Amino acid sequence: MKHLLSTEGIDPAQATAILDTAASLKQALEGREVRKLPTLRGRTVITMFYEASTRTRVSFEIAGKWMSADVVNVSSSGSSVGKGESLRDTALTLAAAGADCVIVRHPASGAAHRLAGWLRAAGTSVVNAGDGMHEHPTQALLDAATLRERLGDLRDRRIAIVGDVLHSRVARSNVHLLTALGADVTLVAPPTLLPTGVESWPVTISHELDAELPSLDAVMLLRVQAERMHGGFFPSAREYSISYGLSERRLKLLPEHAVVLHPGPMLRGMEIASAVADSPRAAITDQVRNGVHVRMAVLYHLLAHEEENA
Amino acid sequence: MKPLILKGVRPYGEGEPVDVLIRDGVIAAIGDVTEEDAETVDGNGAVLLPGFVDLHTHLREPGREDTETIATGSAAAALGGYTAVFAMANTNPVADNEVVVQHVARRGREVGLVDVHPVGAVTVGLEGVKLAELGTMAKAGVRVFSDDGHCVHDPLIMRRALEYSKALDVVVAQHAEEPRLTVGAQAHEGEQASRLGLQGWPAAAEESIVARDCLLALHAGARLHVCHVSTTGTADVLKWAKARGTQVSAEVTPHHLLLTDERLATYDPVNKVNPPLRTAGDAAELREALAEGVIDCVATDHAPHAVQDKDTEWSAARPGMLGLQTALSIVVETMVRTGLLDWRGVARVMSERPAEIAGLPDQGRPIEVGEPANLTLVDPDTTWTVRGAEFASIAANTPFEGMELPGTVVATLLRGRVTAVGGRIRS
Repeated sequence: MKHLLSTEGIDPAQATAILDTAASLKQALEGREVRKLPTLRGRTVITMFYEASTRTRVSFEIAGKWMSADVVNVSSSGSSVGKGESLRDTALTLAAAGADCVIVRHPASGAAHRLAGWLRAAGTSVVNAGDGMHEHPTQALLDAATLRERLGDLRDRRIAIVGDVLHSRVARSNVHLLTALGADVTLVAPPTLLPTGVESWPVTISHELDAELPSLDAVMLLRVQAERMHGGFFPSAREYSISYGLSERRLKLLPEHAVVLHPGPMLRGMEIASAVADSPRAAITDQVRNGVHVRMAVLYHLLAHEEENA
Repeated sequence: MKPLILKGVRPYGEGEPVDVLIRDGVIAAIGDVTEEDAETVDGNGAVLLPGFVDLHTHLREPGREDTETIATGSAAAALGGYTAVFAMANTNPVADNEVVVQHVARRGREVGLVDVHPVGAVTVGLEGVKLAELGTMAKAGVRVFSDDGHCVHDPLIMRRALEYSKALDVVVAQHAEEPRLTVGAQAHEGEQASRLGLQGWPAAAEESIVARDCLLALHAGARLHVCHVSTTGTADVLKWAKARGTQVSAEVTPHHLLLTDERLATYDPVNKVNPPLRTAGDAAELREALAEGVIDCVATDHAPHAVQDKDTEWSAARPGMLGLQTALSIVVETMVRTGLLDWRGVARVMSERPAEIAGLPDQGRPIEVGEPANLTLVDPDTTWTVRGAEFASIAANTPFEGMELPGTVVATLLRGRVTAVGGRIRS
């Protein structure tokens, strides 16, 4: 594996290998006083974040550091990025400065793909940490890792993704990955928040959350961004919450074993009731914890797994 | 100027090869021609057509001379078989007054490779708010008005523009794009854009404006021209409007005839254009509509862009692609090789109809004795490989890079003078 740009078309065996690596890394580090493996010593990993992000950037940074890589963070303020330098020039500069891997978050869909093209000659690996409305592959991998911990094999598991699918890179990456792993995915959203042509995706579409809940193994809530709330995609936050929010009443409709996921940051009271977010059914902090191990596994498969790169 | 003999050419690709004598810029004889001391161009049976007319070209001068100038764009036009081009108004400064349009026309005449007709803006600064001085510009020779790049979206402004244009015997060409439906739009709204996470540009944003404008044109009794038709629905609307007597004409670009949004998977902005590349179904319908005359003509929407404006992430790139030197070949590929058009048909969509729409008296004329020698000689049998860097344009943003395409321009004649021959400019 040279890059991780998307989960679309991912080989299920490859995905499973990353998830298995993540699980063994987690096991290896558990209970250790010094959480540091020497695997990526001497490797340089640069994170390039063109959008505000706390959890993803920190998660990648910790993942790199626990693997002993040298991690450098570049953000769009405090670098030449703010001076109007093109994405291509910034990428070539970072590669020339010695990056073995560039982790990029960018508001433009396809930015990571473009970066991989520009960095082909330099041989630098690219990880997509979220590109516009396109994909966020490590988020999907950490969601899958969390679901596997709670549910075991994901084949034929029923998973609903609820909310703003239209603008969500998390939803796209999860649809590709979860269906590749054999899960049965349902998208629950008002028609204004579903992409045109969604009928051709390998998923079921629903506008009725209550009807779906009793048969689910997991429900994944998507963040509703503030700009959507005023964009006329739905009449009001109140109506959204009534129709699609995971309330305490709705939690009771879920089977006992069902898991609640949220990629964060959460809008408590709107997408998810506070009591639900804090209940043992919610795996939200597990997601964050697993994020580090999954990103370690991704860096391992990109930078250290020589036979795969040969 | 010496007389010129085109030896062994087939007008409209019909019949046995004949010789065509051109004297003083006019076709003097067709058949067996003898003339001492004449220059000759060997046709070897090539197809002789009326010189092509492009209703939709961006020559970028004044303003972005780093991407194209009237000189380089004229050369590209001559090499592509064109004898007249219409230079769009979205320059900097905008061609919304007689000073800029006269400048463009004069530079075109000085270069002298192709008739450069300036398009005037419909509204001041292309802002869609206040009518530009259409009358003054019409007096300066402007035949076509357009805010291309922007839609004249306000229905009242569009109504006034259509009404006002009637007295001037000019045509308003609309870039049909309802702006409220295309905020942030990046790609044809459909399965591909949804998969790639690119904000959608719905077909209805074009179709609704075309429908509205057809109704307004019929009501005003005015002429309307629709730029770069890109959807099946627009073709349907045009068919309906024409059937009820609307004076509407329409163009389609070569890229919308050949390319589809499948190409967006690489996120390479060389494929970014406005209106966006649509589906294979749309491309097939546009070909049919062009063959049937529902769409009147082919126009390039030739849009040069600098490398730094194209070699970027998708959303940062400017929309547009080069077209002048590939238009003929793409028409041959999509329309002639498929049997949808014969060479008479090519003459119609590349020359005669655009000349009629713009009201050019000396272009798109029959190949007959006494007619002006604005002619293009086409070898339909040779193929060539597209190399953007080899084009006469300063910019090289062609989506057809590396494609092998049929049909080459053997020679282009502007009023009897050879402007391009054998792929080279003759100035």
